Amino acid sequence: METQQPALRTEALCKSFGSLKVARDVTIELPRGARHALIGPNGAGKTTLINLITGEMRADSGRIALDGRDITQDPTMARVRYGLTRTFQINTLFPDLAPIEAVTLAICERERLAGQFWKGLTAHREAIDEGFEILRQLQLAEVAIRPTRTLPYGQQRLLEIALALATRPKVLLLDEPAAGVPKGESAALFSVIAALPDDISVLFIEHDMDIVFSFATRIIVMVSGGVLLEAEPAVVRSDPRVREVYLGRASHA
Amino acid sequence: MTVETPTLADPHDWLERKGRWSAFEIAFWVASLLPFFLFQTYLPLASQIAVTALFAVSVDLVLGYAGIITLGHAMFFGLGAYAAGLISKAGWGEPLTGLIFAAAFAGLVGYVASFIIVRVQHLALIMITLGLGFLTYELANSMSWLTGGTDGLQGVETWPILGVFRFDLWGYTAYGYALAALFLGLVLSRRIVHSSFGLSLRGIRENVRRMPAVGSDYRGHLQKIYTISAAVAGCAGALLTQTTDTVSLDTLSFQRSADVVVMLILGGTGRLYGAVIGAIIFMVARDQLADMNPQYWYFWIGLLLMVVVLVMPKGILGGLARLAGERD
Repeated sequence: METQQPALRTEALCKSFGSLKVARDVTIELPRGARHALIGPNGAGKTTLINLITGEMRADSGRIALDGRDITQDPTMARVRYGLTRTFQINTLFPDLAPIEAVTLAICERERLAGQFWKGLTAHREAIDEGFEILRQLQLAEVAIRPTRTLPYGQQRLLEIALALATRPKVLLLDEPAAGVPKGESAALFSVIAALPDDISVLFIEHDMDIVFSFATRIIVMVSGGVLLEAEPAVVRSDPRVREVYLGRASHA
Repeated sequence: MTVETPTLADPHDWLERKGRWSAFEIAFWVASLLPFFLFQTYLPLASQIAVTALFAVSVDLVLGYAGIITLGHAMFFGLGAYAAGLISKAGWGEPLTGLIFAAAFAGLVGYVASFIIVRVQHLALIMITLGLGFLTYELANSMSWLTGGTDGLQGVETWPILGVFRFDLWGYTAYGYALAALFLGLVLSRRIVHSSFGLSLRGIRENVRRMPAVGSDYRGHLQKIYTISAAVAGCAGALLTQTTDTVSLDTLSFQRSADVVVMLILGGTGRLYGAVIGAIIFMVARDQLADMNPQYWYFWIGLLLMVVVLVMPKGILGGLARLAGERD
């Protein structure tokens, strides 16, 4: 595993807003097939790090490599096409589109079919079939043709993931996929994530420590813009610094 | 999260149905032939309506589907109108090639303008479209050696369509011609709207932030639809020239840009036929109200606009669709 090229690697990423440093020398590595959790107190810079990695925010310095390819200068759209996709903490969906339309849209974009205005959408049978298959995987097949805005919140969270999967990612960054979902349902949501194929490397932000410890194989702890520790769950659990800055104070345990 | 049921709708069927010609559409096109038989005295108005409806459809493509709010689209209408007028004055009065020439010219200008358009949003976008509209208007105004300035372009001559159908005094040919163009414009627009490209446009309108996150080059899409829309608007302008044999500066005016947005809001955006219905209501209202009181007729348009926006936020067609039981 260690000799392989990591699926994703950041090198000394830095970002400041004025005097506020939101990312300080963030260097992380995501091996292929990873199920890594990114944790840290509010304001630690977790979402910022995802924004930097996906290119929605530009780093002041540092480098990002996907499968060994330097993507530091590429726009978000290109990074997605190379296989680096995210989901959003706050639903960022298409309210008026049905789920089948939303995933088909993403697939057509991926397959470069989206510019074809002279052909009916239904001519792209494979794209629609593939989209429906993704919805089926995420147990959304039944609501495939309902407008997104009429779906229950939990299903909208699943659609967030479905949209990301439709881009056929190699690296998937999940920003609090279960945000706002009742505790009972969030475990079900994470079992969907756990069931994703091994060739997708996953980094997820999550606050619920029970979930983090049961689904993550490694944990990255961030504090005020920097990485405090990256280790296996058992090590993180017993680290006194982590207890102090995060677990102790937040009293999630 | 429930177990799948066998009553699952086939997504192909559902998507197919969305793109199918509806009974309403067929009824509409049959009804569009009525002026030939029942309201011959209104044929000139009918062709004006068809021209305006085509213009409104072009705006719906950008505003209703791609979410580009524009207050300067008369620019392309007027450019098409002048292009058709000038090519005729230069000695080529063949209408179909004139139409294509005008559409190509407006489309080209639209393509160039699209580089600015896709870089701005919200209020800045409205101001840019407005500014481009003003620029074009004043350019045409000052280049009176070419455009005739405030006097307009006189002496436009349009040859018979296909060498057979002369433009008659009653307006039969004009209406038939404008109606055919509107029909083709709608067939094209339907095609676009129900394609994978149309789906991406709706995605942009619904949530532009998500588009790059699904790997979409959404700016490219916006440039493409803006160019297409400009060409269609130019086609509408050319139709006006060819059916009236004059071009006036007001084809480029802000009033025309604003009116067409009012029509869209009245009829309902993002449904193509909303643009057509809006154009019909607006033009008929103007015709009737201006007869009664030429000075104050916008009072009634203002009132109608407010009532529609408050009572039927999705426009008249949207309201009707709801009454007919369309599920939201």
